[in-house]
Amino acid sequence: MITFEQVSFGYPDAVRPVLDRASFEVAEGDLCLVIGPTGSGKSTLLGAINGLVPHFTGGTLAGRVLVDGRDTAHFRPRDLAEVVGYVGQDPVRGFVTDTVTEEVAYGMEQLGIDPVAMRKRVEETLDLLGIAELRNRALIELSGGQQQRVAIAAVLAARPEVLVLDEPTSALDPTAAADVLAAITTLVHEVGLTVVLAEHRLERVMHAADSMLWLPGDGQVVAGAPAEVLARANITPPLAALARTLGWERVPLSVREARRRALAEGLLPSPPPLAPKPVGDPALVATGIEVRYGELVAVNKVDLRLHRGSVTTLLGRNGSGKSSLLWALQGALSRAGEVSVDGLDPHTLSPAQARRVVTLVPQTAADLLYLPSVGAECDLADRDSAVPPGTTAALLARLGVLVEPERDPRDLSEGQQLSLVLAIQLSAAPPVLLLDEPTRGLDYQAKAELAAIISSLAADGMAVLVSTHDVEFAATIGERTLLMADGELIADADTASLLTSSIAYAPQMAKVFAPAAVLTPADVARWLA
Amino acid sequence: MAVERTNTLRSLHPLAWWGWAIGIGIAVSGTTNPLLLALVALAMVVVVLARRSAAPWARSVRAYLVLAAFVIASRMFFQILIGAQTGEIVLFALPELPLPAWAAGIRLGGPVTAEALTATVYDGLRLAVMLLCIGAANSLASPRQALRSVPAALYEASVAVVVALNVAPQLIESGQRVRRARRLRGDANGGLRALGPIALSVLADAIDRSMSLAAGMEARGFARTSGPPANGALAVMLASAMAATLGGFLLLSTDLGLAAGALLVLGLIGTGWGLRRAGRRLAVTRYRPLAWTGRDTLVLSTGLLAAALVLIGAQDALSPGLAALLQPEVFFPSTDPLVWPQLSLAALLVVAAVLAPLPLTRPIRSRVPDAARTDVRIRSLRPQAEVARP
Repeated sequence: MITFEQVSFGYPDAVRPVLDRASFEVAEGDLCLVIGPTGSGKSTLLGAINGLVPHFTGGTLAGRVLVDGRDTAHFRPRDLAEVVGYVGQDPVRGFVTDTVTEEVAYGMEQLGIDPVAMRKRVEETLDLLGIAELRNRALIELSGGQQQRVAIAAVLAARPEVLVLDEPTSALDPTAAADVLAAITTLVHEVGLTVVLAEHRLERVMHAADSMLWLPGDGQVVAGAPAEVLARANITPPLAALARTLGWERVPLSVREARRRALAEGLLPSPPPLAPKPVGDPALVATGIEVRYGELVAVNKVDLRLHRGSVTTLLGRNGSGKSSLLWALQGALSRAGEVSVDGLDPHTLSPAQARRVVTLVPQTAADLLYLPSVGAECDLADRDSAVPPGTTAALLARLGVLVEPERDPRDLSEGQQLSLVLAIQLSAAPPVLLLDEPTRGLDYQAKAELAAIISSLAADGMAVLVSTHDVEFAATIGERTLLMADGELIADADTASLLTSSIAYAPQMAKVFAPAAVLTPADVARWLA
Repeated sequence: MAVERTNTLRSLHPLAWWGWAIGIGIAVSGTTNPLLLALVALAMVVVVLARRSAAPWARSVRAYLVLAAFVIASRMFFQILIGAQTGEIVLFALPELPLPAWAAGIRLGGPVTAEALTATVYDGLRLAVMLLCIGAANSLASPRQALRSVPAALYEASVAVVVALNVAPQLIESGQRVRRARRLRGDANGGLRALGPIALSVLADAIDRSMSLAAGMEARGFARTSGPPANGALAVMLASAMAATLGGFLLLSTDLGLAAGALLVLGLIGTGWGLRRAGRRLAVTRYRPLAWTGRDTLVLSTGLLAAALVLIGAQDALSPGLAALLQPEVFFPSTDPLVWPQLSLAALLVVAAVLAPLPLTRPIRSRVPDAARTDVRIRSLRPQAEVARP
């Protein structure tokens, strides 16, 4: 269905090409997963399938890309619209119209499809993705999972044979991600569509993959069966890490496969019973926090203590009030209730003082960067925090980012941008650090580094609160986990017992070795002896 | 072939709503009668509340009401403070600031007369009600829905307008986000120094978004069916449009009635033909095209009737019979001397025109669950990606 023949792609002034003589084929009806670290060219590869690369992005492409027998050199992306359906990273940014049905019909209007047939197809497509009840809703009112499904429906209505999805679940909570993936697997199995999908959180999709393309980062593309590719790749989802820990040569692709093998081999880790850990002094005490937007109560009477030297994770659906709580704790959002950090309420302090008490790294961390170079950002942070020059730069180096000070922050990778913002915020040496959804767009390597950074900050005596959708990440960092639903804190317990007792939020290791309370492959290695 | 048309989503064609509201707006611009203006405003609000849909844009009428109140209040404030005072009934006197000789003619403070204040209120009210008319149109039919109904030849232009309409709220949203993010950095001194960096971030964001949108449209086949422009259609269209403009101008300003009218009609026909011809090169089709029904014509004509009543009444030379019927003086009640404003048959007809959509249309029953409604406002307040729950 899709054939790449000796495809190289690069920008004129780049040091090395993004793709270097890549050759592979994707068979018809496959769900093909594209994996690779950040910046390895996954999006470029996806764009090349429908010709957005290079027709839209510029750059030079050598070699041939054939989709359903058509050479993308001769067909513009718009001419391939009924062959390839393409959904970009943020579906909201690609929406052209106001409402769900209009959006679904838009592509067909462009193709000049007869209105009677169009009407029928719109209804069929809505049913196929289970969004018929949303038909007249405005697009901006939908939740993230619903928006993603509408975006898929909108390209499907043109009846393409190939569906290309760039990180369809990266912004979604586990339940919404499961909805979207269920829709995708239906399309593969029931409709016979060929799907090419890039994803960072492999644990969510790898069980459904028929084939895999691995981009190691040097321009190569390695194609093969998922289990084989994962055994070699530098991308290690939890099950691949488990296989490495246990010396299995075949990587199990699903929890079921891993569990059967573990049971067959009689492997059952036995972690010692949880001992209550000594807690430090409370660094932040919040009582009766309430945040309202008009009539809607986003955070409802939350009581919370964060202890020095501890990492706490905050889980919950999209829209359950996690971000609002973090912003309220930082003092940047007006709220009812009391927050006290060493007797100070950050909301009553000036912003400059507030960040020395509680600092927040928001979801879109790059919003904090606006100067033309990394060096300038660091200098400004030194001055803002009234610390000796070079402090922020040293912090940045400690966080593992070594870039030339002249670099433009906007050109850094997402992980590097996050580290830069973290360094800027940490320069004020606050006792409390809040991180809102920091793993978005990070690959496994970057996530592991972030986890190490968070642990070392806690070891230095800081109180850290991390909100996340990523249960595997939550499993690696925190001793304590909070669960939010509908604006309320509904659970506050140690991570191991809370995560292993949940279905939606159980990490894969907990599912494989249930009922043993293990969370990560490292836990398994530790307690298996 | 029969194309299925729909009436489920709307009670009227969006262009009918806009035409009606603009007609009322023109009528309002031709009167300062506060009784009439108040009745029109009231009727407008009633129609909006009874006929709007549950869509997010339908909630904009409140913003327009606030804006209208602000217009009246600010005009009164300046009138009291520095306005020229006419008439004799002094309501109260502010301490007057002596100004130097070169500022003669400008007055600060001093006595405030009822006549001047009343005139200001009348005038402010007129402006406010005109604003309300636009707000009503906005609430009753999204401007984007109206754009969906433009002729195919203007299709690309209408898409450009839609994209531009998208950008404004997005700019506001990214502006808010960046401002909040700067607060996190402790950099809240705002002012002019902050403007540059904020503008830079917001602009970069807007460009990113536009590029994603353009990529999405390209991937979905936008503009792929457009062929070469039709031969001669453009020339005919331009010539016809010019003829129509000239005809309209002559009709209004000279007494070449017949010739000017003919020119106008020919011009309009030519323009229509050109648009149709040029539209054919675009093979785009429309999903559930909106049908123009007799009801749409009726509602539109009530709006135009209201405009006509007031405009004809405002003519200087009216035949005595017409003047007796329309009572043009009712539209501009005197404020010096102060008289109590009256209503006439024509004024009541204008109010009736505003209320006409009530018997002519049906209410739209909402299919949106209540829980989903508040979410738009929250999205703009809430840190960006925390979106509405399903």
